[in-house]
Amino acid sequence: MIDEAVSRRHFLKVTSIAGGGLVLGFNMLTNAQPVKPVAGAVFSPNAYISIDANGLITLMSPNPEIGQGVKTALPMILAEELEVQWDKVAVEMAPLDQSKYGSQNAGGSGAIRGRFMPIRTAGATARQMLITAAAQQWGANEVDCYAENAFVIHKPTGKKLSYGDLAAKAALLPVPTDVKLKDPKDFKIIGTRVHNIDNHKIITGQPLYGIDTRREGMLFTVVAKPPAFGKALKSFDDTETRKVAGVKNVVSVPSHNLVAVLATSTWAAKKGRDALKVEWEDKSKLESTTDHDASFTELLSNKSDKPGRNDGDVDGILSNVANKIVEAVYETPALSHANMEPLNFFADVKDNKVELYGPTQVPARLRTAVSQALNIPETNIVLGMPRQGGGFGRKLQPDNGVEAALISQAAKVPVQMLWMREDDMQGDFYRPASMFKYKAAIGPNNEIVAWHLNAAVLSNNRASNPDGFPAASVPNYRADNHSLPSNIQTGPWRAPTSNSVAFADESFLDELAHQMKKDPVALRLELLDKAKNQPTGKAASYDVAKYKSVIDLVAQISGWGKKKAPNVYQGFAAHYSFSTYAAHVAEVTKMKDGTLRVTKVYSAINCGRVVNQSGAETQVEGAIIDGLSHALFSKVTFDKGAVEQTNFHTYKFLRMKDAPIEVIVKFVPSEDPPTGLGEPGLPPIAPAVGNAIFAATGVRYRKLPFELGKV
Amino acid sequence: MASYKISVNNKLLTVDADADTPMLWVLRDHLNLVGTKFGCGIAQCGACTVHVDGYAVRSCQLRVASVGNSKITTIEGLSAEGTHPVQVAWSEVDVPQCGYCQSGQIMAAAALLKHNPNPTDDDIDNAMTNICRCGTHYRMRKAIHLAAKKGELVK
Repeated sequence: MIDEAVSRRHFLKVTSIAGGGLVLGFNMLTNAQPVKPVAGAVFSPNAYISIDANGLITLMSPNPEIGQGVKTALPMILAEELEVQWDKVAVEMAPLDQSKYGSQNAGGSGAIRGRFMPIRTAGATARQMLITAAAQQWGANEVDCYAENAFVIHKPTGKKLSYGDLAAKAALLPVPTDVKLKDPKDFKIIGTRVHNIDNHKIITGQPLYGIDTRREGMLFTVVAKPPAFGKALKSFDDTETRKVAGVKNVVSVPSHNLVAVLATSTWAAKKGRDALKVEWEDKSKLESTTDHDASFTELLSNKSDKPGRNDGDVDGILSNVANKIVEAVYETPALSHANMEPLNFFADVKDNKVELYGPTQVPARLRTAVSQALNIPETNIVLGMPRQGGGFGRKLQPDNGVEAALISQAAKVPVQMLWMREDDMQGDFYRPASMFKYKAAIGPNNEIVAWHLNAAVLSNNRASNPDGFPAASVPNYRADNHSLPSNIQTGPWRAPTSNSVAFADESFLDELAHQMKKDPVALRLELLDKAKNQPTGKAASYDVAKYKSVIDLVAQISGWGKKKAPNVYQGFAAHYSFSTYAAHVAEVTKMKDGTLRVTKVYSAINCGRVVNQSGAETQVEGAIIDGLSHALFSKVTFDKGAVEQTNFHTYKFLRMKDAPIEVIVKFVPSEDPPTGLGEPGLPPIAPAVGNAIFAATGVRYRKLPFELGKV
Repeated sequence: MASYKISVNNKLLTVDADADTPMLWVLRDHLNLVGTKFGCGIAQCGACTVHVDGYAVRSCQLRVASVGNSKITTIEGLSAEGTHPVQVAWSEVDVPQCGYCQSGQIMAAAALLKHNPNPTDDDIDNAMTNICRCGTHYRMRKAIHLAAKKGELVK
């Protein structure tokens, strides 16, 4: 989900607006048509920036906001180059219009990464045109003018004109083709601590989310869905349902195995849904987790036909009796996304036109899917994006929007479709379960001389990243990936692949360090030196210096290797994903009652330049706690196609009493462009904690979740 | 279907609903007070936390017929302008990420501070049992300590 590469001449358009405003449109599609604003609508959302004649500046935030902070961070970048004060601008969520905004997705930790330069250029272009307008008005030289706090100022005389005064004139100017971006040392907003733009609305409980949508004539809708993967709708009897007070209609969508109950309240719809008598029939295999595990084991008894990487002679070194051989198998379970806001969507299908409003990470894909499902052209479908109660990859699937639209089409009323938690948890596209089988050789010089990872994953996913660390640092290195066909729905889940393989890799490295009686951090640094000075095979995916930068920093801030309180133990892990480097040290404390608690986590991150200090820290803190929560408690298992966990009493999350008391996040100072941050903080926390548990107890946990309570 | 007179945010309101309707849905669907959130429906996540006579209660398990004369306060009624010390602290510490669970968290924290104005970390561990998938726990803890200080200043 990375934004298309753009070149300036392709995306910049400018249009004069009736009413004296300036609207800049930035078109990221190489073959796009010029942007045409709605006549007279200064606030027409056809561009990132609009300034009206009164000087009101509105910045459009183009990407879905799922809690990753882009609704704050992207406009910060605009405001920086535009030279306006952050607390004087209005920020609005842009509607879906990729002809104007380029790729509008939330995924792959890509928003800031992909948009940093294009959006800086957008802001700088507007600033440049306002300066030109002022200079022309004064008959002054442009180099004598500068912009500050939404004014253009003539340096020699101190004369100033507001952006509002200049907007109409600026709108008539030709678009400069080569604008000068600010020198980063002059940044006033980028790199500062800016709070979530929606904080006030959130803390006062204002309607912000898809689930809060209320429209005239709308019916609340709850659905019945197959109880297991492999089952399909056969028939249903809605006699009892229609007797429930408040129930207005029952419709089925056989193509989607769906029966929907429409009512005047969610409670009535739920009661009606529960009163349905639905018959389901077996359509394909009913799979169980025990079968998957057995199949993984069988797959891993062989190497794959095409290794992802194969350096040196792994088999030869692993069979050399002079070497010490270390073997281990790691397992990670399926996980649900379990967004706090259960899936929902508002849809109003009327006269071959569709209005959609709801949570999605891929609004354009959702609109296309609705268009295909309803056979209504995309041009007849408008889609708005509310703030979203989580994402984590679940809303890369368009099913919630499609279902709502099909129900509205069938029932001929606007609907607010809401999945109960059980529907959400049992109808997910799960993080696939994986199994990782390692075999490594430690040579006579006490160095890792061979590494073989044979990995398997459910469905069409990728089990491991063959070129990730420690690839290139070990002379004989092989990585095999297998996938197990399945009819269980799987999909991306925060930091796909990395969220599993980092646990396995970084735990196994810790095992090797202990076998070699080397400090786990020193072992990583030794391997990185080898990757730098005597790399093996094709280039690895990571940059040695940046990888090292986070290890050094986290070792420093955590006091790694220094004496700790007698009941405190540290574990280390690092991982590279989404162009960002993350290293964590987890501290586990043996509590008075004998239990273990992760009390403190230190983290060092190299993500290039930090745009929003507060937002960046919160993403990493959150990724650490989210990752810890799943590492400690969460798993999804299947029994004959049915998901065994139905709600939060069986799919468990960490509560405050299990959360770290402190999470210390530091960023490696960097002048590089920003890289991803929504996901990279998550992968290294599970192994850091597992390694700390080993330090505390001598017990190696090779299977997630840890479920420490059981020890 | 019956008619109930209930006190919500210091207003006496009449609601026509089935006796078993949870207050969560009365608030959201009948009264259009959507700040109270649905998360699980089984009192596990706490997204629906409101105050009943000053105590934190999960409204998905509170039937409209059992409310009686109790006074219900929702996030919309915690303060007029978001000026309750917990709300201010939440904003200053920049707690929310996705924000969805936060009204329930704020109501839980406000109830904690009402009965225990200067809670320890252990007190916070015990009182804050709501789920947050974004992992804002560290900041919530900081914000509760900050709100306690603000409460002190107010006195």
